[in-house]
Amino acid sequence: MAEEKKDNLVTVNIDGVDVQVPKGTNMIEAAAKVGKEVPHYCYHPKLSIAGNCRMCLVELGMPGRDRATGEPMLNEDGSPKIMWMPGPAIGCGTNAAPGMHIKTNSEKVKEAREGVTEFLLVNHPLDCPICDQAGECRLQEFSASHGRGQGRFTEEKNVKPKRTRLGPRVTLDDERCILCSRCIRFSQEIANDDVLGFTDRGSYSTLTCFPGKELANNYSLNTVDICPVGALTSTDFRFKMRVWFLKETNSIDFETSAGCNTKVSSREGKIYRITPRRNDAVNDTWMPDSGRELYKKVESEDRLQSSLIDGTEVSAQNAVVAASELLNGGNVAIVGSGKATVEEQFALKGIADAIDHKGVYLVARYGEGDGILITEDRNPNVRGALLTGLIDALPEEQLTDLGQKIDSGEVKTVLTTKEDLIAAGLTEAQLSKVSVVYIGAHANPTTAKAKVVIAGLTQFEKSGTLVNVQFRIQKFNKAIPGPKGAIDDLLALSTIQANLSGEEAPSSIGSIWKSIAAEGSVFEGLSFASLSDEGQLLDGSKFSELPFKEGKSLKYDPQTEAVATTE
Amino acid sequence: MAIHPKEHRIVLKYADEPGYTPKIESYLEHGGYDTLKAAFSKKPEDIRDEVKKSQLRGRGGAGFPAGVKWSLVDRKSGKPIYLVCNADESEPGTFKDRQIIHKDPHQLIEGMMISAYANDCAKAFIYIREEMPHGARILDEAILEAKGKGFCGDNICGSEYSCDLVVHRGAAAYICGEETGLIESLEGKRANPRIKPPYFPAVLGLYQCPTIVNNVETLCDVKHIMEMGADEFAKIGRPNNTGTRIWCVSGGVQRPGYYEVGQITLGELVNDICGGPLPGRSIKAIIPGGSSMKILKAEDRYKGKNPDGSEYDWGLEDIPLDYDGIAAAGSMSGSGGMMVLDDTVSIPAALANLMAFYSHESCGQCTPCREGSLWLKKITTRMVHGEARPGDVDLMKSVADQIAGRTICAFGFAVAWPVQSYIAKFEDEFREYEESLSNPDTDRTSIKELACNHG
Repeated sequence: MAEEKKDNLVTVNIDGVDVQVPKGTNMIEAAAKVGKEVPHYCYHPKLSIAGNCRMCLVELGMPGRDRATGEPMLNEDGSPKIMWMPGPAIGCGTNAAPGMHIKTNSEKVKEAREGVTEFLLVNHPLDCPICDQAGECRLQEFSASHGRGQGRFTEEKNVKPKRTRLGPRVTLDDERCILCSRCIRFSQEIANDDVLGFTDRGSYSTLTCFPGKELANNYSLNTVDICPVGALTSTDFRFKMRVWFLKETNSIDFETSAGCNTKVSSREGKIYRITPRRNDAVNDTWMPDSGRELYKKVESEDRLQSSLIDGTEVSAQNAVVAASELLNGGNVAIVGSGKATVEEQFALKGIADAIDHKGVYLVARYGEGDGILITEDRNPNVRGALLTGLIDALPEEQLTDLGQKIDSGEVKTVLTTKEDLIAAGLTEAQLSKVSVVYIGAHANPTTAKAKVVIAGLTQFEKSGTLVNVQFRIQKFNKAIPGPKGAIDDLLALSTIQANLSGEEAPSSIGSIWKSIAAEGSVFEGLSFASLSDEGQLLDGSKFSELPFKEGKSLKYDPQTEAVATTE
Repeated sequence: MAIHPKEHRIVLKYADEPGYTPKIESYLEHGGYDTLKAAFSKKPEDIRDEVKKSQLRGRGGAGFPAGVKWSLVDRKSGKPIYLVCNADESEPGTFKDRQIIHKDPHQLIEGMMISAYANDCAKAFIYIREEMPHGARILDEAILEAKGKGFCGDNICGSEYSCDLVVHRGAAAYICGEETGLIESLEGKRANPRIKPPYFPAVLGLYQCPTIVNNVETLCDVKHIMEMGADEFAKIGRPNNTGTRIWCVSGGVQRPGYYEVGQITLGELVNDICGGPLPGRSIKAIIPGGSSMKILKAEDRYKGKNPDGSEYDWGLEDIPLDYDGIAAAGSMSGSGGMMVLDDTVSIPAALANLMAFYSHESCGQCTPCREGSLWLKKITTRMVHGEARPGDVDLMKSVADQIAGRTICAFGFAVAWPVQSYIAKFEDEFREYEESLSNPDTDRTSIKELACNHG
């Protein structure tokens, strides 16, 4: 976060502790700065203030001023006299002003929270045992921590629609809804797809889609993430797994160069869902729906279960040896990937440097950007390839140049990482003329024609780093183990590099980073272990003249951020 | 219809005169729009000062000084300033604005044009309750007439000042009468009241521009202040309670209706003007200012200290019929909708009726009001259906306490105050329900008759 300017700071007092916060900071955030949690439902740091749940009520006081003279009123000890308001105020809608005092834990505040908690529960179905949200439900947590522990409501509860399909990916249980309007505000303010609203009124208010519309935009599942209760559920994840069994691993969305920060939730080697991870510099608290589906590629039918030589299953070690021999034979072209990690690209560069190659290529992937978190560049790490020196210009979508070199006989062997050469414009006839070494996790038309196939890992089975559209390097961690017959792509590449150069090549992430972060490189001073979860901006000024395709998105503006060098 | 000698009619001066019509000719014959013409010889800020000096307080419910409200308007923002007339008269028991609109619409238009000129507004709205379609038609016609004669629209009275006036029909909900709910509704949205801060209408009102929202009667009073002068206006009534007020009396009196009065007592209104209770009945309690206000019990003594230190000790009938008088008695004059409850009325049944109304009208935005109002309705309805349970009365009090003061808008008070005050004043009656009706041997026949309307 940017360094806060000193003259913009005001001092507020929270439960007797003075704290300096930027002017305008609301009392929920200010309290968090001194380690006080002000419970809330409707407030979300990235959405407008609604102030409707009333859970964040706090006592509010301001330094008194004499009505007649306008002079500050003082206590006997000379301290400012605080005039406490008779009723509580909402923390989310109360912005820091000089001298403001709040109490987050007084008897009045506790009683107000108990009241709100009771009210939220009177028409709530209390079906936690069958609710997906159980275990990560704000209502459940706050009922335990701020409720009275018993109910006084003996009337019939309201009945509302259950299992409503809001869209292709979101299912709604209206009885669980506490009407906080987070989902409505998200749809209006972030997704720019105003389709949700309340019908009816009072306690019968019901969340629904506008007639003839559905919640189908590519950000619809964020409403599930921000729903503080179990009203909005992911149709994919519903009833699959209890959340407390899930292990969460920090990851990155591989869809585009936006590099959304994510959390991969898995249990016993199986992934159940992907959700966004907050990074205010990259994706705030959001991610596209499409990125949440990527885990399905782990167990997809086209997954390579073992390495192959001429279509025959071999051990990964044998495949690596065979690949090294082929690449040692000369007339080699290398096809890197914008979907590979910085480490893999660096190792591939090492291979390129170790042989007399006939060209290094990358396959570009472009699509339409949505101005939010889907950027035009569908490769997550083209900038990594630039920074590692694997390429020095923006890639083409078609490998036309490589095709000509194959046709002319200049290239006899092609090493491709993750890329389907046929999809990239080469013909089967061209592939028949060369020996192809393929390293990747999934089968495709190229693997069918390849001499050597080395079964690699998906992004969920390994760790690594990517450089996003802002030239921000971000790391992701291994969430689950890979299949038995697969080998870490980085280990395969490093071993090949060692075989070709005759020198020992670093094979683990930690050791390869010692080389990546060599003196004079833009990565200097970095290491995988020390890279924070927020990532770090790198100097991309060397490439400022390149015609990157990305337009404006949530946290990127080509007009102002073409050269992102400093925070 | 004869005007009672204790009435003091200013706003309704001609409304009930035989032959007086809502047409502009009628209005002009009675000196209409002369005040507007004269207003243009004054500077807008002088008019604002005059209104401030008159101590005119808002007639809509809260009784906020109109001049102060005008002085809070952000005039430096560079944004347009809007004037909105709140004609969403929907507080149960209130029917005064309807009289003005139906019988003397030009008076409202004149008051609005003076107020609009005083506040540099180029656009003004009348937000009229959906359930008053006739009133909307009358206003539409009146505006056309006024525009035809140059009292509204472009270049008003040749002054080069222009202000368009638009009638907007409301969205048929009680909450549309709440100042910020009205603004949301006027913008075409659900009438969910806004949080304050930051959305004070004087700064961030209609379309996020400075906005003045005044009641119909208040805007008419502006005309009379400019006509008679602030000092003369302030002579009616007492300081801080200046001018006349139109009271709407309903319930157990011989002559219910609307009465415009100066400074009189509650007893003078109810007994003298309205003729007192129906034969053979006695007054049990009075809800002074619309159904959301706290109830006043007939046999109670209302004691306290005046700001000057002197003490007062009033019976119900002695309470001065103005803002401060009723406030001193522990309630509010609100919208002027006075409901008289005689000895035939069951207080718990009356409360059940009110809770049915308020739970139906809660916008549902914020938790305490949304859930609390329906809960209270469920308890009170059950009670008057002969199914009270032990602990109901204490529970109702507690639920009301959990609503009051914790909501986005004053609707929370409108739900809580009746419960709190009815139980405080008539606890015996509630306890009797609770005890007898939670006893399985009780005969519930009479109770069920009472409850016929509380499904």
